[in-house]
Amino acid sequence: MSTTEQSTKQRTRRNLELVLIVIAWGIGVLGTLQVGWATEEGIHPRFWITAGVVGLLALITHLIVRWRVPYADPFMLPIATLLTILGLVMIYRLDVAAIQRAARLDNPAPTPDVYNQLIWYGVASLLFILVLLTIRDHRILQRYTYTAGLLGVILLLLPLAPGIGATVNGATLWVRIAGFTFQPAEAAKILLTIFFAGYLVVTRDSLALVRTRVLGVPLPRARDLGPILIVWAVSLGVLVFQRDLGTSLLFFGLFVGMLYIATQRWSWLVLGFLLFAVGSVGAYLLFGHVRTRVQIWLDPFAYADTGGYQIVQSLYGFANGGLFGTGLGRGHPELVPFANTDFITAALGEELGLTGALGIVLLYGILIERGLRTAVAVRDPFGQLLAAGLSITLGIQVFVIIGGVTRLIPLTGLTTPFLSYGGSSLVANWVIIALLLVISHRARRPVGVSNPQGSSAEFATQVVRR
Amino acid sequence: MTRSIRRIGLVLMVLFLALLANVTFIQVFQADNYRGRADNQRVLLEEYERERGPILTGPEAVALSEKTKGKYRWLRVYPEGEQNAAVTGFYSMVYGATGLERTENDVLSGSSDLFFVDRVQQLVAGRQPRGGAVTTTIDPVAQAVAWEGLRGTRGAVYAIEPSTGRTLVQVQSPSFDPNILSSHDPQSIREYYEQLLDDPEQPLINRPIVALNPPGSTFKLVTAAAALSSGRFTMDSVLPGPAEYDLPLSSRTLRNWTGEDCAPGGEITLEQALAVSCNTAFAWLGNELGPDALRAQAELFGFDTKFETPLRASTSRFPEDPDEPQTAMSAIGQFDVRATALQMAMVAAGIGNNGVVMQPYLVQEIRAPDLSILRTFEPQEFEVALSSENARQMQLMMMAVVDNGTAGILQGIYDAEGNLVRVGAKTGTAQTGRDGEQPVSWMVAMAPATNPKIAVAVVVEDGGQAELSGGAIAGPIARAVIEAALQ
Repeated sequence: MSTTEQSTKQRTRRNLELVLIVIAWGIGVLGTLQVGWATEEGIHPRFWITAGVVGLLALITHLIVRWRVPYADPFMLPIATLLTILGLVMIYRLDVAAIQRAARLDNPAPTPDVYNQLIWYGVASLLFILVLLTIRDHRILQRYTYTAGLLGVILLLLPLAPGIGATVNGATLWVRIAGFTFQPAEAAKILLTIFFAGYLVVTRDSLALVRTRVLGVPLPRARDLGPILIVWAVSLGVLVFQRDLGTSLLFFGLFVGMLYIATQRWSWLVLGFLLFAVGSVGAYLLFGHVRTRVQIWLDPFAYADTGGYQIVQSLYGFANGGLFGTGLGRGHPELVPFANTDFITAALGEELGLTGALGIVLLYGILIERGLRTAVAVRDPFGQLLAAGLSITLGIQVFVIIGGVTRLIPLTGLTTPFLSYGGSSLVANWVIIALLLVISHRARRPVGVSNPQGSSAEFATQVVRR
Repeated sequence: MTRSIRRIGLVLMVLFLALLANVTFIQVFQADNYRGRADNQRVLLEEYERERGPILTGPEAVALSEKTKGKYRWLRVYPEGEQNAAVTGFYSMVYGATGLERTENDVLSGSSDLFFVDRVQQLVAGRQPRGGAVTTTIDPVAQAVAWEGLRGTRGAVYAIEPSTGRTLVQVQSPSFDPNILSSHDPQSIREYYEQLLDDPEQPLINRPIVALNPPGSTFKLVTAAAALSSGRFTMDSVLPGPAEYDLPLSSRTLRNWTGEDCAPGGEITLEQALAVSCNTAFAWLGNELGPDALRAQAELFGFDTKFETPLRASTSRFPEDPDEPQTAMSAIGQFDVRATALQMAMVAAGIGNNGVVMQPYLVQEIRAPDLSILRTFEPQEFEVALSSENARQMQLMMMAVVDNGTAGILQGIYDAEGNLVRVGAKTGTAQTGRDGEQPVSWMVAMAPATNPKIAVAVVVEDGGQAELSGGAIAGPIARAVIEAALQ
C-alpha cells in the first residue's frame, strides 16, 4: 500500500476502459451476426436497435464511472460488460433454437428471453449507477452493519414464508410478489457480505485470541464460536428447507473465508471445513435429495434418462465443442435443459469450444483478482474485508456452478454471474461491481485528493456509531 | 490482513485452476469417449447437419440428400431405390450404412483427406462442410433393364466392361428400399429392417457379389480354357461324348441332360461339346486334366481371390482336394464349385478381352463438393488367364453356343448402327444339392464376342428344371441387358 509515492501522478486509465468496452460490444455484435447467419435466421430487424441499446448502456455506465470514481480499476467494468453481452448473445442463440424447434413442430413461437434479459441489464445498470451516485465512500456502509445483517437473513429466509415463497425445479429460492419473481438470496449475499465485514472489523481482535491448543492446533475461545455456529446453522437451514446446496455453500464459504481474512487464524479455516464436512455428511445421510445429487455426480451415466440427464447432456455439449467449438449457432446447446440459466456455460463451451470456456473462466479469474487486489490496496479494514468478501462471493459462485456443470463437484443450482438468464442475479452482480469500483476508486485515488490518513483502528471506531 | 487476503486469493486460484483443468480434460481428453456414447444425439444431429454428397450413375444421382424441415436437416433419398440398392446400400441412423454409402463414407460425408483444402477453407470461412460426390461405373440403362428382367425372381445380374473391368450392372432381386431404411423415423426403420431380416429370400445380402451358387455348365468355360491351356487340346479335338459316363471309383454314372449321346457315334469335338453342353465329354476332360489344372485355370479367372470393388465380394472357390468322381463333377460346375455372378461375368470378360482378366471396379470418380474431379480410377489388370490364341478359340466356341447350341436366344441382336452382333455365351443349370430347391439357372455372355463391350452373368436361383432353362429363364434377361448396353 504504497500509493503515497505515486502521489498525484496516478493515472485514471479510463480510456483503456472505454476501449475494452467497445471491444466487448464489438464481440457481441459479431457474435449475434454469426448466430443469425449460422442458424439461417438472418439479421433480426430489431438487431441494430438492440445493439444500440446495449452499447448505450455500456457507454453510460462507463461515463458514470469516469465521473464518480475516475481512479477505479479499469478492468472490472469491461469484464462485467463482456460477460453480460456474451450472456445476451447466448440467450438470443437459444431463443433462435427454441423458435426453430417450435416452427418444426408447428407450435406457436415462444416468447424470446433475450429482451427480458436486456431489460434486466438496463435495471442492473440503473442500480449500478445509483450505487455510484449515492455511495461516495464505502465506509458509510459500515454504519448499517446490523441492519444489513438482519435484512440479509430475512431475505435469505423469505422464500420459506407462506404465500410468497415459490418452489422452482425443486429449490425453494424464489419469492413471488405481484407477479414478479426474484431470488432474494442474490440481494442477501451482498447484504450479508456487508454485515460480515462490519461485524468482523469490530470483533476480529477477540476472535483472533487463542486460549487453548489441541494437538498443536490453536483453537478460538469457546464463547467466540457463537457467530460461526449461527451462520453454519442458517446455511444448513437453507440447504434443508430450501433444498439448495449452492446457496448454502456460498454463504458458509463466504463467512469462513472472511473470518480467516479478518483473524488471520487458519484454525478458523480448519474449524469451518470440519463443520462443513459434518454438515455435508449429515445432509447426505439424512436427506434423499442430497444423496441423489451425490450419486448422480459419481455416475451420471447411470441416471442418464432421469436425474443425470442434464449433466450428461452438458458433458456431451462440452465434448461436442472440442477445442475450438462448433461455432455460434452451429451446435445443439438447446439439448441441455435450462441451457440459458444454470447450464449457460455448457452452451458456451459447446459453441465456443475449450478456447471459449477457458476464456470465460479466465475472465472471471481476472475479475476476482482485480477485486482481491482492490482489497489489498484499500487502506481501511472494513473496505478490505468488504472488497475481499465480494470477490470471494463471485469466486465461490463461479466455482460452484461451473464446477457443477462440468462434473467437478456435485451439481447445485447457482446462477452463473452476468451470463445466466435471470434478473435478480444480474442486478446483484452489477451492484457488486459498483461497490468494488467505489472501493477501488478510494484505494487508487492519489493521496492529495483523499481524506487525511489515519490508522485502521481509528477508522473503525470513527465511523461506526452505535 | 493483506497476507490472509493473498492466501485466500491463492485458494481461489487453485479452485479456478481445477476448473480449467477439468474443462480441458472433458473437451480434449474425454471428448471422443463422450462423442462415442450411444445415447449422444449430437453426433447423429451433426451427421445429418451436413449435406452428404450424391452417388451418381452417369449424370443421374442414385442417392442424394434433400433438405427437410425436420430435426435432422438432410434426408437421404434414392430415386430408384430397389433397382440400385445392391450398389448404393443404405444410410441408416439405426443400422449404420452399407454398400457404397459405407465404403465411400469418407468422401460422401466430406471427411476424406482428399478434401483437405476444402476443409481448411471451411474452417476459415466457418462454413458447414459438404460431402463430395462418388460417380459409379454403372450403365444406368442396362441397370434398369436388368432390374426389370429380374424382378419377381430370386437372382442377380452382374455385367462388366471386359476391356477395363468397369462394373456396368449390379442388380439383385429381391431387393430392398433404401429410402425406408434411410428415413428419419427409427420406428419404421426398425420394423422394415426386421421384416427384411426375417425374409427367407434374404433381400439384404448383396446377391450379385455375395451369393455363392454352383455355376453348373457355365463352369465348362473354365474346363475348356484349362484344356486349351494344357496344350493337349484344341477346339477341334475329338472327345468321347457318350450318353453316360461311369464315374471312376464309384458305381454311379453321370448322364447327359438329354439322356442321349452328345453326338451320333458318341464322339464329339470340344467346340460341339461346349455348344450342346455335353456333360460326359467335360467330365472325362476334367479327369484328363486333373483337379490342379482346373483349379489353376479357375484361379487365373479370379477364383480363390477376395475382390473389393470396393464392395466386398464373396470368394468363389474350386474344391480343395477332389477325388476322381468329384473332379468329374467339378469339371461341369457341380460338387463343391461355387461362384458369384461377379465371378462368372469375369470369366466371360477375360475370354472376350483376349485372355486378360481385368480387376472389377465400381467407382469411376471422386468429385469435390463443387463437382470438380479429385480422383479418377484407372483400369487394372488382374491376371492373364489365357493366351490370346486360346482366348480366340474360346470366343469362337462361345459363339457356337449361340449360333447352334443352347443359347440360341441370344441370336439376332443388333447394335446401335443396326449391324448384327455376334454374341458368345454359355448356359448353365446347377443342382444346389439341397432338397426341394429348384436348380440354379445361369447365362454367361459377352457381346460382341470378339471385341466385347459387355460381359454379363445372369443367375436365377429359382429358375426351373431343364438344362434349357438356363437359356429360357436367364437368357431373356441377358439379352435385354446386352441390347441395352450396345445401344
